[in-house]
Amino acid sequence: MATQILMPALSPTMTEGKLARWLKAVGDSVKAGDVIAEIETDKATMEVEAVDEGTITALLIPEGTEGVAVNTPIAELSGGTEMARPAPVPMAAPAPAPVVVAAPVAAPVADKDWGETKPTTVREALRDAMALEMRRDGDVFLLGEEVAQYQGAYKISQGLLDEFGAKRVIDTPITEHGFAGMAVGAALNGLKPIVEFMTFNFAMQAMDHIINSAAKTLYMSGGQMGCPIVFRGPNGAASRVGAQHSQCYASWYAHVPGLKVVAPWSSADSKGLLRAAIRDPNPIIFLENEILYGQTFDCPVDEDFILPIGKAKIERAGSHVTIVAFSIMVGVAMEAAKVLAEQGIEAEVINLRSLRPLDIDTVVASVKKTNRLVTIEEGWPFAGIGAEVVMQVIEGAFDWLDAPPVRVHGKDVPLPYAANLEKLALPQPSWVVEAVKKIV
Amino acid sequence: MAQAAESRKRGKTKDASVNQPQLLDAYRTMLLIRRFEEKAGQLYGMGLIGGFCHLYIGQEAVVTGMQMAAGEGDQVITSYRDHGHMLAAGMEARGVMAELTGRSGGYSRGKGGSMHMFSKERNFFGGHGIVGAQVSLGNGLAFSNWYRGNDRVSLTYFGDGASNQGQVYESFNLAAMLKLPVVFIIENNKYGMGTAVDRASASHDLSKNGAPWGIPGIKVDGMDVVAVREAADLAISTCRAGKGPYLLEVETYRYRGHSMSDPARYRTREEVQAMRTQHDCIENVRHKLEAIGVEEAAFRAIDDEVKGIVQDAADFAQTSPEPDEAELWTDILVEG
Repeated sequence: MATQILMPALSPTMTEGKLARWLKAVGDSVKAGDVIAEIETDKATMEVEAVDEGTITALLIPEGTEGVAVNTPIAELSGGTEMARPAPVPMAAPAPAPVVVAAPVAAPVADKDWGETKPTTVREALRDAMALEMRRDGDVFLLGEEVAQYQGAYKISQGLLDEFGAKRVIDTPITEHGFAGMAVGAALNGLKPIVEFMTFNFAMQAMDHIINSAAKTLYMSGGQMGCPIVFRGPNGAASRVGAQHSQCYASWYAHVPGLKVVAPWSSADSKGLLRAAIRDPNPIIFLENEILYGQTFDCPVDEDFILPIGKAKIERAGSHVTIVAFSIMVGVAMEAAKVLAEQGIEAEVINLRSLRPLDIDTVVASVKKTNRLVTIEEGWPFAGIGAEVVMQVIEGAFDWLDAPPVRVHGKDVPLPYAANLEKLALPQPSWVVEAVKKIV
Repeated sequence: MAQAAESRKRGKTKDASVNQPQLLDAYRTMLLIRRFEEKAGQLYGMGLIGGFCHLYIGQEAVVTGMQMAAGEGDQVITSYRDHGHMLAAGMEARGVMAELTGRSGGYSRGKGGSMHMFSKERNFFGGHGIVGAQVSLGNGLAFSNWYRGNDRVSLTYFGDGASNQGQVYESFNLAAMLKLPVVFIIENNKYGMGTAVDRASASHDLSKNGAPWGIPGIKVDGMDVVAVREAADLAISTCRAGKGPYLLEVETYRYRGHSMSDPARYRTREEVQAMRTQHDCIENVRHKLEAIGVEEAAFRAIDDEVKGIVQDAADFAQTSPEPDEAELWTDILVEG
């Protein structure tokens, strides 16, 4: 039984090449793996190896021939033990194990009234959320720099080591790449890590594992391997810590399919969304803000309080303009709205809460009512969250807009240290007031 | 076990530690990998496999010897040169080959490709395209065993090239601190793509790379499956006993280029030929089997069986349909 040997492709882009040299002659016997010829392209010379065994019965292309098309028969092999090809049997794909989703709980509802509240700092809300979820699920654990004995660089994990012990509250060395990768590996095997970055600036060291390992593995595994993990910590500017400690990464992470990105403002946001993030079977980027940690908001006391990821909240209703904000900028927007109200302009303030998925429906519905849009974010404008919100509103409510949308944002510079310069770079309520007055 | 380590250090193996059925099984696994890879190379040449395709030919004894010592539930994770690891871990040749051709019958339903394949069922955690990333992830698999208090071990493979990555040393530190059950296996095939190991690493003995963290390490002859098996026994049992990580530097050789499109001009044909003819891991085990009386018919039966599996896989990989267009939008997030 004769087998044809075909001109091989050396790369996905190769269409033809030169058959430079034959290393075997007619009558030679060959085994699988023997080098039989050399072929050349403009880039490289490569050896062609036999795949089957047998005796060469014909060399169909003389050596030195240029422009031999890929898949042209170049030689014939006979005899040997070439097996009859079994007829291909159709077979179903190896069934990937379905990803088991934890904890059958009712989907959180955004507008549910959770009843009694009490004044709570954002710091306490975050701690309580982790403690509640760690009590509920033994697979949940916290790791990061200074989270255990030091009680957290920003005291978010206060008391957790005492309650849960050193196996579930783990101090790591200052090696973001290594410990974030380790946590992703643990999540691929079914654990539910909470990774605290001392700030998201340091998560740059771990970026490869967040994007390439955590966000993409579910897709690349055909749905077999999910990654239930939360990466959390303060994001954006604090106060006078300079450019390397003051960046907003919201648009970086929100760019990536396979991640969910959450940015809470209030204590209720922080507690309800962090609980949802820990229960979510996907990788979550949870962007906190250092300045908010010490701020106090009313927060539901209900043991079951939880919020849905992917739903925005209308913090203040209004009919003249829609202001879209997230994280600490919700507070700035609310202050601006107060000033505007004194001047007879009623702003509707939307707290996005989640950036990916983005609740554009709530924004579009609001713009259809107010016909005007101002976005505000602390980060840089280029390819920012504001740019994305504006574009999606143009796509969804172009005919309702009575004025061009306006973006308020951090200035397009590395954040300076000097107090006066820093103040010039970060959005203030007055910037929002001015932006609104331009279009109302 | 200490004796086994001693004999290995002297470059000898105690063949008696592996019986004839085990050796025959090793021969079969290594031959399956080689024939599979040869076929993959052929399908690549025909344009049926796209992108990058990194073949494992020459290195078969490494993963085969390791898997002989591994137990049920131990995890395996490696780089993009991963086809051999999947076959040795018990994944179906059909599903692997169909992934190479980007078909719906592939392990990732055609969405991962040569470098990104997984099997939760077989405890195979990829298939990773970023050099060195699998070391941190493998540490995480070991962490999950440590956290759950079971006695499973993570077998974490990487190459001599990856061994210079910073995260490898971050992982050594974490593994040693937490006493994680992870065997770090450096497959030293002498070249990180086109750069010889001594041009990339100031460390001349990679088995000592874990020494600052107190991680024991030994050099192993990776062309001898029995030597690999014995070293694996030692390393895995140390991990299973809760004594923390272990490092194996397994010296091996890849006969083919780094990937299909590598002309391999950084080494001589004579060097490659010498390895193939004098040190080949499959010939090596065949000689051992012949010496204890295994006859030609037994080899022929295995050869035929392996050829049949590979041809069936190749046929399946060409007839399995491409993924449905709706697959573009599935598996981005876990729903619910």
